[in-house]
Amino acid sequence: MGIGMTGQERFEQLIASDEKVEPTDWMPEGYRKTLIRQIAQHAHSEIIGMQPEGNWITRAPTLRRKAILMAKVQDEAGHGLYLYSAAETLGVGRDELVEHLHSGRHKYSSIFNYPTLTWADIGAIGWLVDGAAITNQVMLTRCSYGPYARAMVRICREESFHQRQGFEIMLTLCRGTPEQKQMAQDALNRWWWPALMMFGPHDTDSTHTQQSMAWKIKRVSNDDLRQQFVDMTVPQAEYLGLTIPDPELKWNPERGHYDFGEIDWDEFWRVVKGFGPESRDRLAHKVRAWEEGAWVREAAAAYAAKHRKEAA
Amino acid sequence: MGEMVVSGPPQGALPGIDGETRFLYVLRHGDDNLVLAQRLGEWISRAPELEEDIALANIALDHLGQARALLTYAGELEGRGRSEDDLAMTRTERQFTNLLLCEQPNEDFAHTMARQLFIDAYQLELWERLASSNDPTLAGIAAKAWKEARYHFRHSSTWVIRLGDGTEESHHRMQRAIDELWRFTTEPFMADDVDRAAAGEGYGVDPSELEEPWLARVTPVLQEAGLVIPTDPYRRVGGRQGFHTEHLGHLLAEMQWMARTYPGLEW
Amino acid sequence: MTYEVPRTADEKDLDYRQDGRSQWPMWEVFVRQKRGLSHVHAGSLHAPDADTALQMARDVYTRRVEGISIWVVRSDQVVASDPDEADAFFEAAAKPYRQATYYRIPDEVGQM
Repeated sequence: MGIGMTGQERFEQLIASDEKVEPTDWMPEGYRKTLIRQIAQHAHSEIIGMQPEGNWITRAPTLRRKAILMAKVQDEAGHGLYLYSAAETLGVGRDELVEHLHSGRHKYSSIFNYPTLTWADIGAIGWLVDGAAITNQVMLTRCSYGPYARAMVRICREESFHQRQGFEIMLTLCRGTPEQKQMAQDALNRWWWPALMMFGPHDTDSTHTQQSMAWKIKRVSNDDLRQQFVDMTVPQAEYLGLTIPDPELKWNPERGHYDFGEIDWDEFWRVVKGFGPESRDRLAHKVRAWEEGAWVREAAAAYAAKHRKEAA
Repeated sequence: MGEMVVSGPPQGALPGIDGETRFLYVLRHGDDNLVLAQRLGEWISRAPELEEDIALANIALDHLGQARALLTYAGELEGRGRSEDDLAMTRTERQFTNLLLCEQPNEDFAHTMARQLFIDAYQLELWERLASSNDPTLAGIAAKAWKEARYHFRHSSTWVIRLGDGTEESHHRMQRAIDELWRFTTEPFMADDVDRAAAGEGYGVDPSELEEPWLARVTPVLQEAGLVIPTDPYRRVGGRQGFHTEHLGHLLAEMQWMARTYPGLEW
Repeated sequence: MTYEVPRTADEKDLDYRQDGRSQWPMWEVFVRQKRGLSHVHAGSLHAPDADTALQMARDVYTRRVEGISIWVVRSDQVVASDPDEADAFFEAAAKPYRQATYYRIPDEVGQM
């Protein structure tokens, strides 16, 4: 580092030279706030994301599936925890982030505002939602903020089984009875478009993308990631013998990519604004669990305070 | 402790359970863990704090793993080609042989921790002895389960102490949970013909031997927590004979729903 | 971006209080992966006291048999060097003659 460099200059140099920014470094307030917002949303998504899948733990069709699902939903709790910890390095308490989630000031990924109606939805979530998440999270392991990037490395390592178990469920259904295959197709029909929506608005409509790219928080654009996901998933659907619910979907040899239809952006914004099918219930479930646990958290804190005094 | 009043199956209530003794012996321990795992699984996404959500899921996964190993082995012993899933998903509540304690609803966190403390202390003693069973498969399952039970007991006793000696509210809730679940704490130690035969042949344990060490584990935890050991003489038994509380039917209805709606399919 | 929710027109820019009063204290978790290795920082968590922190660290950070020993330290007990002093602390300590590559040994001497 040069003599007399200001914090700002040092920050810019770190970003330019692809080095990580660490919690004690000076950083622009906008960088800090953008990160808190994004990491918190990511954490909230993991936590709320426990619910749609948790909905099937007690009804999993076999004990093997029950064990896998329980481990997966538990991982999501762990990933939420790692992410909250990363956000906390930016000088914000987890309690405060949770408060913002509960009051609706903080959002979480819209995908979790859809219901899981059949067992096939557990397969579709693993295959499509975790597939989309991995596309995104692999990119985030290269994020400029050290604690976030490190959390993502751990999360990506742990999530490697999530997508595969989902695909395995879909494959079992597609090789099963016509009724099972229909169940798989119905799940794909309901989850395909919400999965594409996970990548966010078009780059042209995504006002904050440019700044995030400049700060190297985000390293690939929404549309590029979405394309990557479609290209990866279409052959998998073909292998399963399922039809992706998009009449405009076709291979474009000139681009070397699949062309696909337009997302229903009205639905997208409706769900983002909190009017998804399960929006109210997801938040209510979370708030209820938190409120019902208050006496336990207080009791443990009271016990600790009592016995600290005794020890002193 | 005074006089106990034990309420169990009425006279003439035929057990819905038959089979060879060793099969029945392995099956009952499988059922304990399966039902308990199902209950603990209900906590996921509902725990008081994120760290505890993860802890409860770990414990649920341990019990589920134990259940799967035991039910798979029971199916082999039975020799009728029934898998872990056949045993889990197609038996009726009269054919389940778990302890009544295992099927009790989660209620609040204090109830769950009281239930876990009682079971963890029981299983600690059980697995330790079963680890030297002359049945090598059972001994292997028990040796692994014993390690898990040591951690489970540590977890539940940590919480019972904190809740008992925390705030006024937590103390009150913890005491109430102990009081309400105490009536199920005689059943684990009542030996029936299956237990006696299993102990006699050296592959099982006579559960009546476990009561004293169980009490020696539970008492200091309750004392440190500032909780009173209940004096209520009322006891309820019957799980091993398929005479359950009404809670089990609902638990099974949920757990078995897929298998019963779509019989015989692969998932 | 997958888990980033796009801004809506009515989204308010939030200020963060930075206190965290109403929660259990934070602990740093160090895990020894196997014998012969040091404890390495794995992450952090919230727990009411040391015993619980240790148990929770086990559940959160060794779900995949990733360790044989754990340390937990209350985060507010960690004493850290000042990043503004990084030049004085670390760069000033550079002494090339402490590195093996500083010394030229004739090739004939062989590996040293």
